Parts: sequence; C-alpha cells; structure tokens
Amino acid sequence: MIDYDSPDFWSNLAEVLLKGTGETLYMVGVATVLTIVIGLPLGILLVGTEKGAFLERALGPVWVARTVNRVLGFVVNVGRSVPFIILMIALIPFTRWLIGTFVGTTASIVPLTIIAIPFFARMVEIAVNDVAPGLYETADALGATRWQLVRRVLLSESMPAILLGVSTTITSIINFSAMVGVVGGGGLGNVAITYGFQRYSWIHIVFVVIILFAIVQLVQLVLSRIAVRVSHRGGADGRRARTGTSRTRTSRTALTPSEGAAP
Amino acid sequence: MITVQHLQKSYGHGPSAVRALDDVSIEVPEGEVFGVVGRSGAGKSTLLRTVNLLERPDSGSVSVAGTELTSLNGSALRAARRQVGMVFQHFNLLANRSVQQNVEFALEAARVPRGQRAGRASEMLDLVGLADRGRAYPAQLSGGQKQRVGIARALAARPKVLLSDEATSALDPETTESILDLIARLNRELHLTVLLITHEMDVVKRICASAALMEHGRIVEQGRLVELLRTPGSALAGQLFPLAAPGPGDGPTVIDITFAGGTADRPVIAQLAREHRLDVSILGAVVERIGGTQAGRTRLSLPVQGEAAAAVVADLRRQGLIVDWLRGGEAA
Ligand SMILES: Nc1ncnc2c1ncn2[C@@H]1O[C@H](COP(=O)(O)OP(=O)(O)OP(=O)(O)O)[C@@H](O)[C@H]1O
Ligand SMILES: [Mg+2]
Repeated sequence: MIDYDSPDFWSNLAEVLLKGTGETLYMVGVATVLTIVIGLPLGILLVGTEKGAFLERALGPVWVARTVNRVLGFVVNVGRSVPFIILMIALIPFTRWLIGTFVGTTASIVPLTIIAIPFFARMVEIAVNDVAPGLYETADALGATRWQLVRRVLLSESMPAILLGVSTTITSIINFSAMVGVVGGGGLGNVAITYGFQRYSWIHIVFVVIILFAIVQLVQLVLSRIAVRVSHRGGADGRRARTGTSRTRTSRTALTPSEGAAP
Repeated sequence: MITVQHLQKSYGHGPSAVRALDDVSIEVPEGEVFGVVGRSGAGKSTLLRTVNLLERPDSGSVSVAGTELTSLNGSALRAARRQVGMVFQHFNLLANRSVQQNVEFALEAARVPRGQRAGRASEMLDLVGLADRGRAYPAQLSGGQKQRVGIARALAARPKVLLSDEATSALDPETTESILDLIARLNRELHLTVLLITHEMDVVKRICASAALMEHGRIVEQGRLVELLRTPGSALAGQLFPLAAPGPGDGPTVIDITFAGGTADRPVIAQLAREHRLDVSILGAVVERIGGTQAGRTRLSLPVQGEAAAAVVADLRRQGLIVDWLRGGEAA
C-alpha cells in the first residue's frame, strides 16, 4: 500500500514520474526515428513497384519489381494484422538475439519499431499515391532520374501528409509503449502498472494520464504546425493540413491498439 | 527538326483495342510553329507524347534534331528528352515548391551545376515576364502566370523544341492571347520549334504556320496554312473559316470564295455585278490574318444555276481565286 501521508510521498512520486517519462520518451523517440528511416523507403518502394509504377523497371527486369511488391505487401499486411501483445511475445527470440535481453526499455524498442513500420509504410504509400499523376509525366519530360523524381517531386508533394502520418504514428507508438510496461519494458506504462494497478495508487494513474495526454497533444500540435508550413497548396488541401486532418485518411489507418491488439 | 514517320500505337488488344495512332507521319521544320487539331479522342495527345517518348510507339520512328529517339533508353533517352521542352494543360507545377524552385528542378534534372541554377532560373523567369514572382508559390498565381512558369521550366534546359498539349485550354481568352503571344515571341527570339495541340482554331490562326488535322488516329490533312487555304475542299480551311450552312431560302447556287495572299483585296463582288450583271448576295464572310498573310472567305448566293453558274465559277477560278461549290454545280 502507498502511504499518502508519508513525508517523502511527493518527492517519490516526482522521481518515479520523471524516470518513467524519460524512459517513455527514449523508447518512443528511438522507435520513431527507426520507423521513419525504415518505413519511408519501404512505403515508397511499395508504391513504386506496383504494376506500371515509377520503379517498375528501375530494379532490373519487371519481375524483380513485381516480386519485391508482392513480398513487401505481404509482410506489411501480416505486420498490420498481428496484435501487438502477440507480436511482442513472438519477437522475444529476435529481440534477445539483437539486444541480448528482452526486458527493459532498450529491448522494448524492437517490438515498438516493428509494429509501427508497416503502419507508417502504409501511410507513406497512401500519401505518395495522392501525388498528381501529371507530375510523374512532368519529371519524365524533364529527363529527371528516379531519385530526382522521388526526392524532388514525390517527397516534396506528399510531405504534409507524411508529417501528419508521422504524428499519428508517434501517437500510436506512445500507446503501445504503455503496453510494453506489462513485460517490464519500463516507462510510464510500467509506472501505471506497478503503482496504480498493483498498489492501488490512483494519484499515480492520474499523473500518468496527464503526462501522456500532454505528450500526445504536444506532438500533434508541433507536427501539424510543420505540416502547414511545408504545405503551399492553398484551397481545400491547405485547409485540411491546417485543421490537422489529412486527405490521406491517416486517422482511419491509424495504428491504434483497438485495431491491433486487445489490451 | 521533328520527323515522325509511320507511327502506330494501339491501346489494349483484341476486339476492344483502340488504335490511337495509325500510320502517322509529320515533319516540322526548324523554327516553325506547327498545330495539330482534331476532335477529342483523335489521338493528338498520344502523338505529342510519342515525340518525347513519354509514350513508346508500337512501330515507326521519331527523330528530333537528328537524334533518333525510338532507339534510345535509360540515360541516353533522358538526355534526349532535355532537348524537348513540354508544357501541359494543367501546368503540373510542384505545389509545395516556389516558382524559382520549380524552374530550378528542371535545371537539376538537366544536370546544370548547383551554383548556376539560381541565376539561370531567374533568367528564365525574366524571359516569361515573371522576374518578381520567384518566391511565390503556384497557388498564389493566376492560371496565366502558372503557365508562364510552366514555359520557363520547359525552356530552362534550353531545348530546341517545345511541345504544348492544350496549354491554353484552361485559360480565359485574354490570358490565352497573352500566352500565345509569348510562345510566338519565344519562337522568334529563340528560334524555337513548336509543336502544339489544340482544339481551338483560333490558336492555329494566331500562331501556326502549318497544321495537321487528325481523325481516328490518322492525319487526314497537313500542310502550310497558306497552301491549305488554296486547296479546294480543304477541311482545315473550312474549320479556319466557319460560316453558317446555307438555308433553304438561299437560292439554287451557293459558292465559297477563298482569298489568300495576293488576291485578298480584289473587288470581286463589284466585278460580278458589273461583268456578269449578277445580283449576288453575301451569306457570310470572314477575313483574318492566317499564317502571316491576310486571308478571307466569302459565301455567296448566285441567282443563276447550271451552265450560267459554271461559267461564272470558271471565270473566277481563272483569276486565281479558290472557289468551292456548296450548292449546285460540282456540289450536286
Ligand atoms: N493510356 C491509355 N490507355 C488506353 N487508351 C488510351 C490511353 N491513352 C489514350 N487512349 C485512347 O487513345 C485514343 C486517343 O487518345 P488521345 O488522348 O491521344 O486523344 P486526344 O486527341 O488527345 O483527345 P482530347 O482532345 O480529348 O485530349 C482515345 O480513344 C483514348 O481513349
Ligand atoms: Mg489530349
């Protein structure tokens, strides 16, 4: 039981919350960076290797692109349909091989990244699919290379939607990061379980909720601000970016626990 | 400058296949503005897109400035495409890049060294009259300004040829005029060869020296406008001078007289009244500057028929006038 009247209750609470927040930010931060680094190229590869798309002949004979597309599409779909808890358990051997252990904050980054990559890749895919077809033709007419097409046309045009996708992805990684607390992953989820669940301290729960809420709000605010900054479309599209909803329907494809794992 | 020979292109196969191009050959001399007209679905865009090989023909050859494009691939094809600029009906500008950056993208694609891009892009914007809008974004520009950016971008790599697919179709008449004037000026100043597609005959009249008419994937007529006007029964000439069809009350004989070049200022009607004692009525008339010369067409109703009418027509033709029968005579 928690002794609320103990003289060092508040300083203990502050210490626990600070440590938990630090761990959550570390897990979420590293997982987000890895997700973007791997998921962005993956999403572009998914769009580009479709039938008749811009990378169809860039990887050698057409069957190479076709195979890459099938394999990646399959992996992404599997990744999207496995509930997080199960993925986390299934990944234990892999995590142990990679990190040396499967408990702790660093080890938790592995399942967090792996669950987030397919979802983010799908969002990138949707964002890039939204680029006007005329722009591919324009790049070709200008004699641009595939790399110039991706870098200067596709990424530039879909950047606002991708940034909103990043925002949704971070929110979801935060969601899942709370869940890794169950298997000793640390972070605010761990605080909620050890103090709130096992020792019935409602005050811990209240603070965990407030902190998580604040982090999510801040992430969404900052990223949608940046999205508006990089978007110069004006008209309906600009408004969409401004109000924080993406024309790529990121909210529907969002990586929420309710869609993947049962808590 | 552009030589297109025996192009064939079909979409789909089996009974549902569409023949978009059927044995199409055109020749555009250096420094000329050449217009392609035709109905929707005639194959105009397909033809234009084969010229820079955005569309690969099933057979036939395309060469631009002596380079045979159909045999190229990969980086050689990309290099050849930079010799050909292209502008689009819907401008196709990068929405999240400034006007300046849009033009610089073309220079990057053309492998112009980074340090020279900004200067060259400003130069191009100056050329199209947008020197002060480099920092604007496309959404902040009018349609006409967007198309100027499109033209600046297309010409940034200093191509010899400009392709234009309905570049003015999304613009109002006044803006259309200013864009056409710009293209005509670039044609003169840069000695640019222009191949353009349009469904507006006004565009052809205004800037083209030659034109081709497409129907169902075939070229049915092509040539210099001045020659086409002199060709009896020319469909293109008919479209250049749209006159209302004669009504039932317009008499037994209706003829069209086309004037081109030297014959334009002859007082034909007065002469008919004087020499043939005929009281002709004018059903319609158009006079325009076409292909750089004054040209016109007058539709007349003659109060005679048979031999008498034929004699009048023969007399007019002897004077070098182009006469088409619409009713009576050869039309019957
Ligand atoms: N990618 C394609 N796949 C299948 N059919 C096509 C394709 N592109 C063009 N076609 C068909 O080829 C024919 C010629 O099309 P094209 O676009 O060249 O016509 P157009 O003369 O430019 O018409 P418009 O004036 O409407 O632009 C049409 O019947 C069209 O449906
Ligand atoms: Mg067309």
